[in-house]
Amino acid sequence: MSVSGYDIVEHTYDVVVVGAGGAGLRATLGMSEAGLKTACITKVFPTRSHTVAAQGGISAALGNMEPDSWDWHVYDTVKGADWLGDQDCIEYLCKEAIPAVIELEHYGVPFSRTEDGKIYQRPFGGHTRAGDHRPVSRACAAADRTGHAMLHTLYQQSLKNETEFFVEYFALDLIMDDEGACRGVVAWNLDDGSIHIFRANLTVLATGGYGRAYFSCTSAHTCTGDGNGMVARAGLPLQDMEFVQFHPTGVYGAGMLITEGARGEGGYLTNAAGERFMERHAPTAKDLASRDVVSRAMTVEIREGRGVGPDQDHIFLHLEHLGADTLKLRLPGITETSRIFAGVDASREPIPVLPTVHYNMGGIPTNVHGQVIRPTDSNPDAVCPGLMAVGEAACVSVHGANRLGTNSLLDLVVFGRAVAHHARDTLKPGEPHKPLAKDAADVALARFDRLRNANGSMRTSEIRGNMQRTMQNDAAVFRTNQSLKEGVEKIYRVAESLPELRISDRSLIWNSDLVEALELENLMECAKTTMVSAEARKESRGAHAHEDYPKRDDVNWMKHTLAWVDTKGKVTLGYRPVHTYTLSNEISYIEPEERIY
Amino acid sequence: MVEFSLPANSKVVEGKSHKAPDGATNIRRFNVYRYQPDEGNNPQMDTFEVDMDRCGPMVLDALIKIKDEVDSTLTFRRSCREGVCGSCAMNIDGTNTLACTKAIEDVKGDVKIYPLPHMPVIKDLVPDLSIPYAQYASIKPWLQTDTPPPANEERRQSIEEREKLDGLWECILCFCCQTSCPSYWWNGDRYLGPAILLQAHRFLADSRDEYTGQRLDELDDPFRLYRCHTIMNCTNTCPKNLNPGQAIGEIKEMLARRR
Repeated sequence: MSVSGYDIVEHTYDVVVVGAGGAGLRATLGMSEAGLKTACITKVFPTRSHTVAAQGGISAALGNMEPDSWDWHVYDTVKGADWLGDQDCIEYLCKEAIPAVIELEHYGVPFSRTEDGKIYQRPFGGHTRAGDHRPVSRACAAADRTGHAMLHTLYQQSLKNETEFFVEYFALDLIMDDEGACRGVVAWNLDDGSIHIFRANLTVLATGGYGRAYFSCTSAHTCTGDGNGMVARAGLPLQDMEFVQFHPTGVYGAGMLITEGARGEGGYLTNAAGERFMERHAPTAKDLASRDVVSRAMTVEIREGRGVGPDQDHIFLHLEHLGADTLKLRLPGITETSRIFAGVDASREPIPVLPTVHYNMGGIPTNVHGQVIRPTDSNPDAVCPGLMAVGEAACVSVHGANRLGTNSLLDLVVFGRAVAHHARDTLKPGEPHKPLAKDAADVALARFDRLRNANGSMRTSEIRGNMQRTMQNDAAVFRTNQSLKEGVEKIYRVAESLPELRISDRSLIWNSDLVEALELENLMECAKTTMVSAEARKESRGAHAHEDYPKRDDVNWMKHTLAWVDTKGKVTLGYRPVHTYTLSNEISYIEPEERIY
Repeated sequence: MVEFSLPANSKVVEGKSHKAPDGATNIRRFNVYRYQPDEGNNPQMDTFEVDMDRCGPMVLDALIKIKDEVDSTLTFRRSCREGVCGSCAMNIDGTNTLACTKAIEDVKGDVKIYPLPHMPVIKDLVPDLSIPYAQYASIKPWLQTDTPPPANEERRQSIEEREKLDGLWECILCFCCQTSCPSYWWNGDRYLGPAILLQAHRFLADSRDEYTGQRLDELDDPFRLYRCHTIMNCTNTCPKNLNPGQAIGEIKEMLARRR
């Protein structure tokens, strides 16, 4: 089938990176430094990417405030991940954290400083010292706008490197050849409506998470799992999609993030009785336990009638005792957010908060180099040639069943750098491209054309709302056999209504009606795989809290879920083993133990 | 007598009017600038009545509600919805600001929404910002040093030195200030404008940067810097409460002190 009527521009690059958040920018920088001709295509101007909203910090065991060590960071990450993380990758993450953060400072990130002029570090949830497991100051911070500082600095470095950006280009689909290798990507230029084929020997997906599959999330409107959608449509699996992190402190009602760094600076949570209830739920780490632990504790408090407010449906976060000066110096961003979105002066009164969808541990499976994994029967770690993934879109897996705060910004730069290193070592600049099939873009264009002319009876917003409510209700903080069974039925039903879509804007120029429809299809792949993967996992691990199976089951379930979407839209599952080995002999494998904070 | 005429398609005409659903009692009217590039028609002002009992508090909430429920062709940029990404900068009630942090209740009467002023319009509320982006790149907004950084640790910077960056590094490049500046309207091709000069100052003020002299040389120009006539629209309009006017004043002072 051939789709006519579109102007198609063809480009040839060594590497094309999709996405210009922290991971995409760091990957692009490294690719350019390696002499590879690289294009970075992005649906939003780079500094608008969601990395900009990260607040509290980026972790690295610099030991600027107190003794710390990268192997303690490994232990915390493994425990935070509830033993679903691949320990070879976690070792790489935590060891490389130190040079990665130093490099960011050298790039110009305006980190806050200590008395002796070093990078300021604050405590964060789940980051502890060995021995007594008390919180340790490991989060390197630029006030509470660390993501902003990093993203802008990485963009500035890209300008220095004269990176070739294609801004406000929406990536439609991957180009896969008959041998199953990725050969590039098809994208749509919103500015003039033209269609572009980016041929590349290597395609890097850095498209971020899919928080918008849920009704209430801290994620930006643009977090729509576009890379995950492309991968699913290319017949590749997504991994560990059932693990969705609820951040304990989203602003009640509005959903904006209040950083865990607020508790790192001494903030605490209370229930309706004014009780600091985290002392009961996590006697050692208290308010700085892992996010899944705190979110569950808050949900339990609310469910047992100890929520605050007229409907007893949320929790208070107290920062008043920190004083206005500390708030201004350390937490200016969330002070502003509380004022604007909760109408609260955080130096005088508590902030109303609620666990809110925040991060996707799952995503596109990769190995420690960032190469995308497409397992075969004989090799669970087989790779898909020509395709890499990095950042929240990817599932390396360093975050396992629950990500620690600050490990996300770290993931971006460490693995952004890793994919560039791997490309440098395996790809020659200017390596010739195999000829592309004549119809290489047809599948992508057919989908584009179908949606552009969609003339059904339902608005994008209507189907999106149905999806978001289903996810919010049935794949929540706590899950049950019944909620998940119903959730699977409901999400399939919602997905089946996609052919009923109606688009009103027929233009090719900045058609945001069509963008939202394309994004909805991507979100739907994420939503379905999340729900089906969750329904199958009969245990509780990290962010997947199953009330009918309240215990972790390492015998049967210490394995990564793989979820494929077939051409009829049905999800099929498979599994691959968790890596129970480390990368080097500098550290040994950490055996599973009971997870107590 | 000299006759002046506006360029083709620049006159804004009256557009469509959309009534609130039956039964709505708490109604606000939003007058929104519309421009469809493919049709060759003049821009128009559409009016949307919105039921405030079923709408979030911010202007962005209303725009999204309109797009979701009334007219999905309405086009605007948005992303973070919490005032940190700078996507939804537009002119609301006569002032450039972020739709996501602008409370509807702070606007009296009809809520009038236009794209950022004096930029080419791509579609509806989406302006073409390629010129300010290029101007940003032109000031070399990255740390420039000749001294190599220490091998395995950070450069040192005292708390006091770091404090000099506060009020500068937080800029989100929304260009509310840039496009509020009459001087930038007239000389936008040669005057760098307040957003870019604020960023220029961010690097002048960074104790780690070693190119202060060259940076000042490049700014010492009757247009690039000195088209600022301290009108201060920039500072008045900044949705992040930053002070580009002061930053520009400090650059001028650095230059004056150098002479």
